[in-house]
Amino acid sequence: MGTFDRRIGLKGLALGTALTVLGVVSGTSASAEMLFPEKDELTFGFIKLTDMAPLAIAYEKHFFEDEGLYVTLEPQANWKVLLDRVITGELDGAHMLAGQPLAATIGYGTEAHIITPFSMDLNGNGITVSNEVWEMMKPNIPTNADGKPQHPISASALKPVVEDFRQQGKPFNMGMVFPVSTHNYELRYWLAAGGIHPGYYGENDTTGQIKADALLSVTPPPQMPSTLEAGTIHGYCVGEPWNQQAVFMEIGVPVITDYEIWKNNPEKVFGITAEFAEKYPNTALAVTKALIRAAIWLDEDDNANRQEAVEILSKPEYVGADAEVIANSMTGTFEYEKGDKRPVPDFNVFFRYNATYPFYSDAIWYLTQMRRWGQIPEAKPDSWYDETARTVYRPDIYLKAARMLVEEGLADEADFPWDTDGYREPTDAFLDGIEYDGRAPNAYIDSLSIGLKGPEQIKGTEVTGG
Amino acid sequence: MTTADEFVDTSPSTRAAARRDARLAAVDRISRPMSSFGFGWLVPVVRIAAGDRSPSQFKAIGSQILVPLIGIFAFLAAWALLAPQVNTSLGAIPGPVQVWHQAEALYGEHVAERQEAQAFYERQEERNAKLVEAGYGDRVKWRDYTGRPTYFDQILTSLKTVAIGFVIATLIAVPLGIACGLWPTVNGAVNPLIQVFKPVSPLAWLPIVTMVVSALYVNSVDALPKSLVVSAITVTLCSLWPTLINTALGVSSIDKDLLNVSRVLNLSPAKKLTKLVLPSALPLIFTGLRLSLGVGWMVLIAAEMLAQNPGLGKFVWDEFQNGSSDSLARIMVAVLTIGIIGFLLDRLMQALQVAFTHSATR
Repeated sequence: MGTFDRRIGLKGLALGTALTVLGVVSGTSASAEMLFPEKDELTFGFIKLTDMAPLAIAYEKHFFEDEGLYVTLEPQANWKVLLDRVITGELDGAHMLAGQPLAATIGYGTEAHIITPFSMDLNGNGITVSNEVWEMMKPNIPTNADGKPQHPISASALKPVVEDFRQQGKPFNMGMVFPVSTHNYELRYWLAAGGIHPGYYGENDTTGQIKADALLSVTPPPQMPSTLEAGTIHGYCVGEPWNQQAVFMEIGVPVITDYEIWKNNPEKVFGITAEFAEKYPNTALAVTKALIRAAIWLDEDDNANRQEAVEILSKPEYVGADAEVIANSMTGTFEYEKGDKRPVPDFNVFFRYNATYPFYSDAIWYLTQMRRWGQIPEAKPDSWYDETARTVYRPDIYLKAARMLVEEGLADEADFPWDTDGYREPTDAFLDGIEYDGRAPNAYIDSLSIGLKGPEQIKGTEVTGG
Repeated sequence: MTTADEFVDTSPSTRAAARRDARLAAVDRISRPMSSFGFGWLVPVVRIAAGDRSPSQFKAIGSQILVPLIGIFAFLAAWALLAPQVNTSLGAIPGPVQVWHQAEALYGEHVAERQEAQAFYERQEERNAKLVEAGYGDRVKWRDYTGRPTYFDQILTSLKTVAIGFVIATLIAVPLGIACGLWPTVNGAVNPLIQVFKPVSPLAWLPIVTMVVSALYVNSVDALPKSLVVSAITVTLCSLWPTLINTALGVSSIDKDLLNVSRVLNLSPAKKLTKLVLPSALPLIFTGLRLSLGVGWMVLIAAEMLAQNPGLGKFVWDEFQNGSSDSLARIMVAVLTIGIIGFLLDRLMQALQVAFTHSATR
């Protein structure tokens, strides 16, 4: 193991020096207008998940150093600690859930103006249930000709199981990673699409279990498997490697990936405080440049570098899980039941499909879900959604960084959406086929089955004003 | 009729015996410091090497070396046998061999990281040279390597933290303890506080300490990061009680005759303190310090784990979070490291105690 690590390290070194040499050759034109970061010693936080990869790669491949940045990467205990430390300035920036900068900016939870110049990835999550629940679900799932379960699996197969638990007077508990996490909204979307009510958030109630059939609660990602094993929760929605870990540990079965819930959904973002971006504009640009390069590296040549990325991520200072567990999803396949490996080539997308561009429509989808489940207590006009997205998502910084990379010959002009207005085309690539158009958030909210609509509000434990 | 020869035996054998006795006397002289540093088990070996062939020495070897070795081997054997029987979700519990491999791996990673650091500095030089070439000489910067702390860095961080916490605790507890011992009024005032705060777990202090330190220690220095201060103060809060109590006890139980002597001689308070109080209270003060350091070391690991502050505790927690197939073995390396360091710290205190109080009664 030790010698193996060292070999990788040396290989990385050799690559690094090769890159620097290349930089010397191709980067001379850029030295004419060098970018000097105002603050060059930075600490970034991350949670041990494979989608922190752009940070690890930017560090290990010396993309940060190329920008004159001296970065320390620090794993954090949980999302709350991570966010608080960014707000207090202990961390200069962090790998964040897409909902975190939005929620902080609109004042749900800790209030602070956080912006994001860079989206980190698409997809990458899964929903896993315990072996016991899987056995109870299985009879309700139609099978393919080969006898394997038909995918995508709808939560309607879980509905009788939840009923069963209720009959026995037992709560059906599920874990997600944070109240404003992608995972929370994906899990809720999946449950609601299958007719299971995931519960509302009230005015003074942050548990999100009002009227719930399934009780969702927060568990830090690395603890998901052990909490499932302990029987505290019966299923969870989390990023990789913690779904594949359940398969390896033989304690649970992943039933669906978020790719099947919403094809190419935006997942993590890189968050910094608005104050940081104002105070250190060049630093923000330099960081964005390094991260874009890392994302390009992760996806280039049809994922050719993924195996090396897996080796890097499996180091204890990053994700630290076994390489084979991480490789399971990073390299284009996903294992559901033990032995049921299916190709999911886009399970982790870091650069393709403009994954790194901070689209307003991505932000607005999260805001619609916050409204749907009562985290935004009152109805807001469409214009409010647009304004909020614009204060948090900053494609201007992104495009500036991209332009510099193109000029330095480190990125391809064709890879960036230079002329977009920040809205992706309307899409119906959802599990239930309901179309989402970021320009009409209220119409979208009203078209969803379970959830608050129009002027509805939660008063106490009841829905009023509908 | 006897000759003088009989009294002055100068045959080679007796000369050898005299030399042997001299050697043994020398061994006796060094044997006390040796045992206070925890090398007492070596004394019989050295004595035998020096020529003492008495059965008592061989007995001592048996009791001081063989018996502990048997214990250690029995433990290792039981561990190697029983560990594979328990299957956790991270694979079977690692036996001694796997743990040893991980210890080697940790050392390997330490070496690799140092090489990385070397490469980093080389790259930095290159970049700076390029800057100078491009005419940005004023932009040249020298920065420290930002890699992760290796296992040895974590050990050093922990030792540094516990040392700071322990020194602060000592500086508070010893004067306060002396005051409590000398004046019953002070003792009466402080005693209830001691009784209430002594049983409080470090983990309960931690959130409060974190908040207070964050509020007061705003401009942190690089050498003393906030996290280190938080851990150190938590250590202080938990480890000052044994020193305080023992110091108070030591001072209050000074022989009354001595105090009367000081009154007769009309000693100044300072003289009284240095000549009478401290010397007679030292053994108990050191007992307190030893206990304090032991408590401090235990508390530190817990504090680091909970607060995610750098050090061995964080190492353990990070590995637990990693959940790789090597994690358990690496955690066990840490457990053994923590135990060995704790033992060495205790020995160090004992040696100091012996050096200061000239009585190795413990």
